[in-house]
Amino acid sequence: MTPDPKYTKQKFKLVGTRPLRPDGLDKVTGRARYGADISAPGQLVGAILRSPHAHAKIIKIDTSKAEKLKGVKAIITSADLPDLTNGDRGMLDILENCMARGRALYDGHAVAAVAAIDAATAKKALQLIKVQYKKLPHVTDVDEAMADDAPLVQPHVRTRGGDSDKPSNIVSISTFGHGDVEAGFAKADVIIEKSFKTEQTHQGYIEPHACLASVGPDGQGELWVTTQGHFVFRNTCAALLGMEIAKLKVTSSEIGGGFGGKTHVWIEPVALALSRKANRPVKLVMSREDVFRASGPTSSTSVDVKIGAKKNGKITAAKATLRYHDGAFPGIWGMLGAMTSFACYNLENVQSIGYDVLVNRPKVAAYRAPSAPMAAFGIESVVDMLAAEIGMDAVDFRIKNAAKKGTRASYGPTYGPIGIGPTLEAVKNHPHMRAKLGKNQGRGMACGFWFNFGGQTCTDLNIGVDGTVNLAVGTVDVGGARASLSLIAAEELGIPYEQVKCNVADTTSLGHNDMTEGSRGTFSSGMATIFAARNAVEELKVRAARTWEIDVKHVEWADGQATAKGVMHSNLSPLTLTDLAKASPNTGGPIAGHSESVADGAGVSFASHICDIEVDPETGATKVLRYTVVQDAGMAIHPDYVEGQFQGAAAQGIGWALNEEYVYGADGRLQNPGFLDYRIPVCSDLPFIDTEILEIPNPNHPYGIRGVGETSIVPPLAAIGNAVSNAIGVRMDHVPMSPPRILKAIKEAAAAEQEVSAG
Amino acid sequence: MRYEAPTSIKEASSLMARAKGSAFLLAGGTDLLVRMKSDMIEPDLVVDIKRIASTQSITKSASGFKIGASVPCVALGRNKELSKAWPGVVEAANLIGSDQIQGRCTIAGNLCNASPAADSVPALVAARAKAVVVGPQGRRTVPVEKVATGPGTTSLKKGEIVESITLSKPSGKSGDAYLRFIPRTEMDIAVCSAGVNLTLGARGVVKTARVALGAVAATVVLVPAAARALVGSKLDDATLEKVAAACEAACAPIDDKRGTVEFRTEVAGVLARRAAKIAYQRAGGK
Amino acid sequence: MAGVHVSTTINGDAVEFVCPGNETLLDVLRDRIGLTGSKEGCGTGDCGACSVTVDGQLVCSCLVLGAEVEGRKVETVEGLADGDKLHPLQSKFIEHAALQCGVCTPGFLIAAKALLDYNPKPSEEEIRYALAGNLCRCTGYDKIVRAVDAAAKEMSRVAKRK
Repeated sequence: MTPDPKYTKQKFKLVGTRPLRPDGLDKVTGRARYGADISAPGQLVGAILRSPHAHAKIIKIDTSKAEKLKGVKAIITSADLPDLTNGDRGMLDILENCMARGRALYDGHAVAAVAAIDAATAKKALQLIKVQYKKLPHVTDVDEAMADDAPLVQPHVRTRGGDSDKPSNIVSISTFGHGDVEAGFAKADVIIEKSFKTEQTHQGYIEPHACLASVGPDGQGELWVTTQGHFVFRNTCAALLGMEIAKLKVTSSEIGGGFGGKTHVWIEPVALALSRKANRPVKLVMSREDVFRASGPTSSTSVDVKIGAKKNGKITAAKATLRYHDGAFPGIWGMLGAMTSFACYNLENVQSIGYDVLVNRPKVAAYRAPSAPMAAFGIESVVDMLAAEIGMDAVDFRIKNAAKKGTRASYGPTYGPIGIGPTLEAVKNHPHMRAKLGKNQGRGMACGFWFNFGGQTCTDLNIGVDGTVNLAVGTVDVGGARASLSLIAAEELGIPYEQVKCNVADTTSLGHNDMTEGSRGTFSSGMATIFAARNAVEELKVRAARTWEIDVKHVEWADGQATAKGVMHSNLSPLTLTDLAKASPNTGGPIAGHSESVADGAGVSFASHICDIEVDPETGATKVLRYTVVQDAGMAIHPDYVEGQFQGAAAQGIGWALNEEYVYGADGRLQNPGFLDYRIPVCSDLPFIDTEILEIPNPNHPYGIRGVGETSIVPPLAAIGNAVSNAIGVRMDHVPMSPPRILKAIKEAAAAEQEVSAG
Repeated sequence: MRYEAPTSIKEASSLMARAKGSAFLLAGGTDLLVRMKSDMIEPDLVVDIKRIASTQSITKSASGFKIGASVPCVALGRNKELSKAWPGVVEAANLIGSDQIQGRCTIAGNLCNASPAADSVPALVAARAKAVVVGPQGRRTVPVEKVATGPGTTSLKKGEIVESITLSKPSGKSGDAYLRFIPRTEMDIAVCSAGVNLTLGARGVVKTARVALGAVAATVVLVPAAARALVGSKLDDATLEKVAAACEAACAPIDDKRGTVEFRTEVAGVLARRAAKIAYQRAGGK
Repeated sequence: MAGVHVSTTINGDAVEFVCPGNETLLDVLRDRIGLTGSKEGCGTGDCGACSVTVDGQLVCSCLVLGAEVEGRKVETVEGLADGDKLHPLQSKFIEHAALQCGVCTPGFLIAAKALLDYNPKPSEEEIRYALAGNLCRCTGYDKIVRAVDAAAKEMSRVAKRK
């Protein structure tokens, strides 16, 4: 049966309710096992030696003393990780990031690793490894890295989309848009032009990367790992280590947060290589310091925005030039930033140019709607400035220019039915907008967009002889998806939610599944679950027909049971799923449904946020008074978990807007690799976060689901920027808007005002 | 690493005096274990003082309060009499870290760790607190501002241990307060801070004052000029301006990942003004 | 290296172990005793994921040496439930969807219990400040605060009935 993904407006009995999640008990009792929570007999402890230099040539690595230390069972360097990539530069970059090859490209870059009988011995062994470095000039700022004389991070790189063949730190220049922006600006009555900067942040998941690797001399191996995508990890690790995919079994542990940061391998190939060399299991856990220094934070950015509009509020032209850094290895982050830039708006003339730039910082990875928040900060700030200049309400201005069905998006495609207009209307009418503001308090709002993704998905639905159902999915559950997927399976089969048990299967049990990223978990596995369940229903009907000895075309399935249609079959009592399951050994064996598909048409998602901030004008300290998220979910399978995604994403955006940043010294070293000085919001920093779920169904999903996890990290930077600007009367252009930056802005504005009134 | 948990202060002092390699005292461990984790130190010996009876309690006497070196900061806030007598010292001690940290950290440890940004120290200095030190040469009492000599260094000799911190009975109409600046609402190391201790004379006029600033120099800074400005005043705006200016002038902070020179200097003045007002109100001023 | 021999009580059970002098209580719990419910999120007392109580006092177990709990009573998340009866905090966390990835949840439960043991009727602000030592990156704390409040009210109702 070829599954049809089109939205069918069916009425739901279970989907949309709020049952308890199946993994809740284990998680509140400490029984749930995360990456560092299992051990193997005879296991060794792995540890990684990291470069203390931002950029250096590795002249020599002398491991001889370390090798003699009692209890050390294996030491590896890049010599133990030969290049098997066959010219695949992308794979070689992954390998090189996991273990330096002759050069250290950032402070924290792995240069060697050991496996020893305990942590103390491993630590001592690292101290005994002597690395001879030759320090090289480094660059950590995105704008500085673009200069002609900047130290080159990857000498082989030539700018894609550029007009020169010289080596460069500029990986690519990506342009999106349509129309004629110059003509559009010429038509404008008001033009606002401003530049913005945002600093580097980290996903900040509470669980550090951790894995337990076990490889034997026969080329078979197992990897227990905290990851957002165990299938992709399997494929990558197998390729890098020269193992066969089918012989590397990867099991995903429970994941303690990922947000995009666990979609790449960082320590796993190293753990596997150590295990292979030592012929013993190796447990490797990253310290919090190493997580900050050597996993995958975001880009820092430098963005120029120019928007022009007529006096009536209609935007005539919009342009953005966005410079994102990729860390030390080429990426697509500038391109993504350029794509998302003006996606909320219906524009005749629009252009966004994204630069991807290399710097001596760790390799950038995705962080929840990657690259979109930084672009939105600049653009939504300028939109506010423009509205103010014209004398129009900030929300009304956006409503007037909002994208809608049929709009040609700034990044190319034409939109189907979308939620930006509805979220703006909901914001306009939200009681938050009527809350009274006091002294030194300001209100700001902003909107945001995310694409959402589909991708390869396989699920297996197996019915036990007692009628209970196992649903095996291949997407890691980051936030409660097992509950949602169980709801979907139960809905389709017509049985109680409690009769379904959803598990995340290992890589030997299912075909390939893409990662849980791009907000695709519930969307894709949900779609696959629907198809698998419908397949199972077809088989259940066949079994009923067989039992009754009638033609299957006379069998109907509804409310968890088969009924025989037609007057001539009116003597046949219905057969429930449990009845059929019990009889299955005699009617053809176990009953199951499968789905292997590429989920497509993920459905773009929009959000609009409102934020009230109080600023202490004498210190620049900020307090978040109220926060409201309005977002289009398409269809909320389990509303509690949809709300949770809205709130969690908003909280991350608030931290990003106000306090989180990587601080690099002049020596190119990261100064704050810990939760003390990398300041994520604590419980007392935030108010309750109000949420409103809108449901504009996605026409390309049977239930209308859109991805929900990412979009709400996009608006907070600008919503807070606009709120702070309204509170203090000064436009903020540098994120995070930490107290020193705010105080400085207040003082500079006061000094400028004094000059004006004096002169 | 050798771990010892002696039951007398003399034994502890002797262990530290005799130690061959690197030896550290352990009370709450909220600084020591962090430094061990980050590989800044690899102790050969750790002497845990928490089993020593003479360090375990808060005692009140006619002359004032004695806070044992093992007493976790959470206990200070739960001590009603201490909280009433020295609210500034108690609120400073209770600002150190989270509830988890509060269950372990001690003001003696905070003092001897000698971080320029220690939260309890400016309030202790303003309150004229003293440290009772026991060592190989016997027992001595030293004003707390004489303990820290620089970031991470103290005037204590080998084998000397702070056994307790003492606070005198507050006189008549007095009040103290402590404020610190942190970017979040909790969990951060102070960017700058101010402790103010006032006593009032007749008609609400300030009789004595002490103003101490934290995190704006290598050690806590006493600002006599700010104190002089307060004495004889009723905290009118002009006086408070002088206090802020004197504090700004006394600052010698650094630029680091937690704050800039200009920010620390400016905000130290703001905090001193605000802390003075609170101390004044607590002392009975209007 | 000679280890320290420790006799202690963990979740009501007598436990003995030998550990190096510089090993933390967190490492002892996870790697020697096998109680992996307490998590290492940072190892430096900044995230609270390793929260336990020692003699009823809430602490970060990453900042306590294993040797220190000689003769003391340690309580971890594994000891929260009473047999098969969940503690009201555990039930409310599930009911209110106060966890997403769940890795911070053990620490929050221990810290919330310590709060309610001392202050059975906390205000929203008191809850937020008491839990400021526990980092959560998934939830934005909203549903956590609601769950703790609901548990407090439930426990108060039960206490009244008694």
